[in-house]
Amino acid sequence: MNTYKKILGYALTLPLLFVVGSCGQGGGNGGALGSGNAERVYVAPGEHDEFYGFISGGFSGQLAVYGLPSGRLFKVIPVFSVDAEKAYGFSEETKPMLETSFGTIPWDDSHHPDLSQTNGEIDGRWCFINANNTPRIARISLSTFETEEIIELPNSAGNHSSSFVTENTEYIVAGTRFSVPIPQRDMPIDEYKGNFKGAISFIEVDQETGRFDLSFQVIMPGFDYDLAHPGRGASHGWMFFTTYNTEEANTLMEVNASQNDKDFIAAINWKKAEELIANGDFETMATEYAHNVYDESTQMATSTIKKEVRTLDASKYPGLVYLLPTPKSPHGCDVDPSGEYIIGSGKLSASLTAHSFTKMIDAIENEKFDGDAYGIPILNYDDIVAGVVQQAGLGPLHTEFDGRGNAYTTFFISSEVVKWKLETWEVLDRAPTYYSVGHLMIPGGNSRKPWGKYLVALNKITKDRYLPTGPELAQSAQLYDISGDKMQLLSDFPTVGEPHYAAGAPADLIKPNQVKLYKLEENNHPHAVKNEKDTRVERNGREVHIYMTTIRSHFAPDNIEGIKVGDKVYFHVTNLEQDYDVPHGISMIGANTSELLIMPGQTETFVWEPKKEGVWPFYCTDFCSALHQEMQGYVRVSARNSNVPLKWSLDGE
Amino acid sequence: MKKIVITIPFIALGLMILCACGPGSQAAEETAEVAETHPLGQASVSDDVSEKNILQVAIGSDAHSTLVAAVQAAQIEHVLVNAGPLTVFAPTNDAFAALPEGTVEDLLKPENKQTLATILTRHAAPGSFNVEGLKKEARKGRKIYMATGDYLEVIVDGEDITVGGAKVIATVQTSNGIINVVDKVILPN
Repeated sequence: MNTYKKILGYALTLPLLFVVGSCGQGGGNGGALGSGNAERVYVAPGEHDEFYGFISGGFSGQLAVYGLPSGRLFKVIPVFSVDAEKAYGFSEETKPMLETSFGTIPWDDSHHPDLSQTNGEIDGRWCFINANNTPRIARISLSTFETEEIIELPNSAGNHSSSFVTENTEYIVAGTRFSVPIPQRDMPIDEYKGNFKGAISFIEVDQETGRFDLSFQVIMPGFDYDLAHPGRGASHGWMFFTTYNTEEANTLMEVNASQNDKDFIAAINWKKAEELIANGDFETMATEYAHNVYDESTQMATSTIKKEVRTLDASKYPGLVYLLPTPKSPHGCDVDPSGEYIIGSGKLSASLTAHSFTKMIDAIENEKFDGDAYGIPILNYDDIVAGVVQQAGLGPLHTEFDGRGNAYTTFFISSEVVKWKLETWEVLDRAPTYYSVGHLMIPGGNSRKPWGKYLVALNKITKDRYLPTGPELAQSAQLYDISGDKMQLLSDFPTVGEPHYAAGAPADLIKPNQVKLYKLEENNHPHAVKNEKDTRVERNGREVHIYMTTIRSHFAPDNIEGIKVGDKVYFHVTNLEQDYDVPHGISMIGANTSELLIMPGQTETFVWEPKKEGVWPFYCTDFCSALHQEMQGYVRVSARNSNVPLKWSLDGE
Repeated sequence: MKKIVITIPFIALGLMILCACGPGSQAAEETAEVAETHPLGQASVSDDVSEKNILQVAIGSDAHSTLVAAVQAAQIEHVLVNAGPLTVFAPTNDAFAALPEGTVEDLLKPENKQTLATILTRHAAPGSFNVEGLKKEARKGRKIYMATGDYLEVIVDGEDITVGGAKVIATVQTSNGIINVVDKVILPN
């Protein structure tokens, strides 16, 4: 027996050695095993990753959660798009989350996740993300990994320079990409210049609950506002935004918005804005926007339409905004961990510009202005620039930091990440990406405290990188080890939708706060039933409410009669389980909605409108237990004029 | 009353498993050894939020130290923490002690692992049967299908319920099923 095992063991080991050996000298990109790269991203079965990565889904409208370094996908959190898997936007409880002043919108384009901070360091409480198309900001709890709140932004369009967090999560800041008439009105498009405006929203965050309040908007000239980052340290209290289309063109933008040699980084003093608001120096504007909140206690979302917003016209209040000339339609607007350097990535430039906060304040104090735009002072480029990273690459896009004095910038056109040094402005290293990298992410890399071990590059184009899947290919994330002098590409992995932007944090910051289940005694859902004795069916005219429970492995009740064609049947289903990772699902044949996926202790509701007489089954859609396949039931549907009495039972009782 | 000396090392094993879930494990080395030779599967999941599962309740019950030791000797802990649903008819220490002398000691020997596992499995039924459920089974003339394939009859006599001849003396609801404490080991006919 033992001998047999040994022989088998050798037989198995030999080809393995052969495989390893054959890759050992591979070199190039393919030498993962030989170089030890495979081991560096390998997280053994049952082991946990060191970091969470939150990668936006772009046009999927969602937020995907990955482990780093493994690149394993853990969850796609539905945010701005419906998700039939999780009943998001389909259950009665979550439908209000997707309400807007335009009505229900089942989709959006999610762009820039950012994590809550305390003292400029990532604190693991919430993740925020913006909807680009119909401007909204969402808050996701990092203890439930569920979307808890969505606020719509009035006066905004193409909500792109969002959703960036100030040092103590005082505000989530969201800037418009497209300027529009404010307030909206019917007017000729070619009268854009001077008439269209850009709104920058400051959303206050309640430190206990995370709840949003749209505190005020700064109304800016009609430029395009691209990206933003907060000041930190000495520059705390300021927010910086890249602008383009300072030409104020309204057509063939690829040419007409690229005429000026320099556009601006707009520096907004939000502490000053707070003073103005406190003094009553603002205008209240009538408008309409939706504010949607999911309440964990009632397990239901509500949507409220708000009717006004406080505005500050940047042209009217000296000291509120300054404009920092920055070359060629800058995209990324990134502040180093010290708060001193504001990096502008002119996407049509080959160089990067670093402005000095100290020099900026000096220029402001000495009123060294180079004219103004609509009354907003323009500073003199030469007075504020700290350094230029010359000829670093083509198409600079976004910079993050490792906390060791180095910066890493993506270059879209030259498909590479370039490592360079703050203050000497010299290029230290460059690494290719596969291909056409957009944003990048270092966990904490846009905070005071980066964890400078890994860098994730987010690529738009993959072409030959994976097994092909027809014309539409997966986009990708690439993981680099940046702990040494040279960046090392370790792995790449496909992503959900467009991996537009990402945020990351050490797992230890987030893991301890996880909610494992919802306590039944804390379930205040108005249609919850907490034990099988209270399950029932009630009729109110054509509306029928089924108060149902689930527990391994049955529904109570599971036989229901007296439903009629044309009824509107609400299934209010409470999962009585109080055991981690034991959800139940439910769906009904012919229901024009998704399944429910109900976590332990949770109540969810779906609506079914039976159209045909008969006896129709429902079943548990989540493989819950050994007797999952037995977890089913029937509803008898009778003609409208029938007098079959309403009754319900489980096991005939 | 007879004492079951042999259970002591196994109780220690049970404590080690408990310790592994909490802070300050004193038996870490030994536990690691156990884990190496005998993967605990879901039984090793650390979870202080969920209600206690069948295994956790049994481990916490002084009256079931023999049962727990037997479950561990048979290495079927993972069955008792599975999603279930499961009903376990849990003989007390006294029930085990009432077996012919030497039976338990014999069953706990490594070479009898499979026999022991079969005996224990005969005490587990897929499904949730609390007292009301058991009474309903009797009323409807349904037998309980056990995990070994046996069908056990439920008899209600006044307030007394017996299953396969063992009397139910208490019922505990757990996160993954039901424990019905019984006064006898249910042996094959």
